[in-house]
Amino acid sequence: MISLTSPVRTRAHDWPAGAKLGALCIATVVLFAVEDLAWQAVFVGAAIALYAAPGWQFLRNGLVRLKPIWIFAAVILVWHLLTYDLVAGAVIVLRMVTAVALANLVTMTTRLSDMMHVVHWLLTPLRAFGLRTQAVELAMALVIRFTPVLAEKGHVLAMAWRARAVRRVGWRIITPFAVLAIDDAEHVAEALRARGGL
Amino acid sequence: MERSLTLIALFAALIAALGLIPKFTLGFGVPITAQTLGVMLCGTVLGARRGALAVLLFLALVALGLPLLAGGRGGLGAFATPSVGFLVGWPLGAFVSGFLMERWQRLPIGWAAGLAAGLGGIGVVYFFGVAGMMVMLDKTALQALGLVTAFIPGDLLKAVFAGAITAGLARARPGSLLSRA
Repeated sequence: MISLTSPVRTRAHDWPAGAKLGALCIATVVLFAVEDLAWQAVFVGAAIALYAAPGWQFLRNGLVRLKPIWIFAAVILVWHLLTYDLVAGAVIVLRMVTAVALANLVTMTTRLSDMMHVVHWLLTPLRAFGLRTQAVELAMALVIRFTPVLAEKGHVLAMAWRARAVRRVGWRIITPFAVLAIDDAEHVAEALRARGGL
Repeated sequence: MERSLTLIALFAALIAALGLIPKFTLGFGVPITAQTLGVMLCGTVLGARRGALAVLLFLALVALGLPLLAGGRGGLGAFATPSVGFLVGWPLGAFVSGFLMERWQRLPIGWAAGLAAGLGGIGVVYFFGVAGMMVMLDKTALQALGLVTAFIPGDLLKAVFAGAITAGLARARPGSLLSRA
């Protein structure tokens, strides 16, 4: 399955994932503590510089990933324009852009397997209490494996619908879709039990 | 144990797959994704605990960097946007939906599931969603609520669908409706 890790190799790909996540936490706390417009502008500039460091392609990929928050930025700016409080609006928008950009940056420079190692490490205290955390990791693997499978089955269902119906595909397709998911779950459970269970 | 695990995993995958289905648009032009319908179904079908776990599992994989949110979004950035409160509300909403579903054993399944999905999947989710927007955008509760009212009709419709779909599943696969087992 395709993950959001950037295909452009950067030096940050080799840094430990835990350290990157820790730095992200600290940076986000700082972002929300500072209310000064000048500082927020500096932070945005720093984030852009980080994106620009690995090159033009990486910067452009990063900007594309900020698209979902443009609508929020537009609403907030118009709002604060109408209430004559543009400085506060600018602080909110800059902070939002920097926070999302930095979080995306960690995702873009960290492979899924490295993230899984962090999860494994985070679950250590639970193992100390005798809980068996392999179940969590197995469940994650199952979701990654079955999302494309279910999506494919959903497409087949939609095609069957279009072949038979004049109307557009609607919510009714979700019942058989969920039935397929339940059946897959029962089959996998049986297969797991047959192999000795969890 | 195996069955609980695979049902949780497959419902997490179902939420993801519902996000891959193209959005359908309501009459008045608000696009809705089927993804939140998946969250409601987790609660009404799997029950409180398993439903919440399925949603948590889905969110964990989003945070790890998989593009599973509707529109191919994902990664840690999804948890830094103003709509983060809705993501936080999802597992709790699924829990409340499932809890109510387990409580209302005597109501017909369709009605119980629809009401449970409305209270959990809309009431609880919007509570956290609006709270999140208040913090992220520095707005009052009423202002934040105003920004999301456009999505409420679509979500009400989804709660009704969740009721009908849960009733359909109860007929098709009665043994797998863990919220009533």
